[in-house]
Amino acid sequence: MTAQVITITSGKGGVGKTTAVANLATALAMDGRRVVCIDGDIGLRNLDVVMGLENRIVYDIVDVIEGRCKLKQAMIRDKHYPDLYLIPAAQTRDKNSVSPSDMVRICNDLRADTDFVIIDSPAGIERGFRNAIAAADRVLLVTNPEVSAVRDADRVVGILEAEEKGNPALVINRLNPNLVKNNDMLSAEDVLDLLGIQLIGVVPEDETVIIGSNRGAPVVNDTKSRAGAAFRNIAKRLQGQDIPFMEAGQQSGLWNAIQRLAGRK
Amino acid sequence: MEQTASIVQIKGIRDGLLASFSDAPWEDQRAALLTQIDERPDFFRGARLAMDVGAQILKVNDLVDLRDRLSERNVSLWAVVSESPVTEQTSQLLGLATRISKPRPEEQKQFIDTITDETALFVNKTIRSGNRIEFPGHIVIVGDVNPGAEIVAEGNIIVWGRVRGMMHAGSKGDRSAFICALDLSANQLRIADEVSANLKPPKDPKPEIVSINSDGRLQAELWNAG
Repeated sequence: MTAQVITITSGKGGVGKTTAVANLATALAMDGRRVVCIDGDIGLRNLDVVMGLENRIVYDIVDVIEGRCKLKQAMIRDKHYPDLYLIPAAQTRDKNSVSPSDMVRICNDLRADTDFVIIDSPAGIERGFRNAIAAADRVLLVTNPEVSAVRDADRVVGILEAEEKGNPALVINRLNPNLVKNNDMLSAEDVLDLLGIQLIGVVPEDETVIIGSNRGAPVVNDTKSRAGAAFRNIAKRLQGQDIPFMEAGQQSGLWNAIQRLAGRK
Repeated sequence: MEQTASIVQIKGIRDGLLASFSDAPWEDQRAALLTQIDERPDFFRGARLAMDVGAQILKVNDLVDLRDRLSERNVSLWAVVSESPVTEQTSQLLGLATRISKPRPEEQKQFIDTITDETALFVNKTIRSGNRIEFPGHIVIVGDVNPGAEIVAEGNIIVWGRVRGMMHAGSKGDRSAFICALDLSANQLRIADEVSANLKPPKDPKPEIVSINSDGRLQAELWNAG
């Protein structure tokens, strides 16, 4: 097995990076993949909370880097999926405790017996972001259908181009079809038109996501949740499957438009 | 050793040291620069170094690597001057200066000559937020200019795409400069020292050309074939 290292980033904060990491990692584990998530937000960790693993942290990524424990000791096994692990961030340190080459080294150590390594990037474009993308084979860019989030996403695409990481795949999170219909929200089409990168998924606004995050139970476990279904589809696309951009019972113009756009690329 | 040392010239300038690179392969020159520093560590310790890399195209990794190696030797890299817009962008991304304040009266004059020679920079990609392209001639872009990007030309600017960023043509005061684009949805345009801000993007965008009219104001005209 050689793992694919995927970094999830956004530029702007609060658009749903950590939620996306927790959900995609869980969805991949549900499909029987071996997955390790790394929380790259040193000093402001919260992936452990969203995954419900907060109480189990003994060692963190800075302990691994500074040699206080072995990599395996810092890997926390998920409550439900035995092949899903989390390497938590250190809460009492800052971004400078990790260097890009540390991240590359840790990911290379993980590659041998893992299918996916998913890195949760901090917001911003500074040191923590550089650390998070250093080891990435592939980058997923999460944005909300808001002008400010899209502007920051565009900046990140430019930096990734300059770093020769290629174009990221786009996840549009918290899209509200009713607001789009009334022209009160950017449509997926508007966002794609500006960024000009490939779309990998659209996650509808869904309050079960917030409830799941607070309970430490990612929403992909909920078969009735539409956001959960969207994350499961993105996970399938990450595994190379060709899943159409349409939800069951959702034949509206919006989904058709998204499908058309995805086919364009 | 003498041969490798001679491909990079180091001299003192007002703001520290300036290393001038030739067109030889980057790896050789980098090695030559480090060799020169290692030969006289006391002289270079604590120095502020600017580099003139000519037309070399340097990626982020190249500059980061060199900057790290220099800082190991207690030399701080603060500026990279280049003729290549790619290298300039890379340097700006890394927060390095791309101009060194040095009076260059002869070169100032050369710029004006280049404009009459109709030199243009051709960019075949979308310019994204946070990127700035500056050129002492015309700029031609095939791609979009996204909000938050800045294009500054001493001559004209032509964009085969949609413009939503800031454009400044005739930046050194050429009032005959113009800006044209397939879709001019920018919210700010400048020609010479005239500024048009807070523009409303057109509902039905058509190719337009903007220049300074007889009243001294910026004016947009639809472009008509024939």
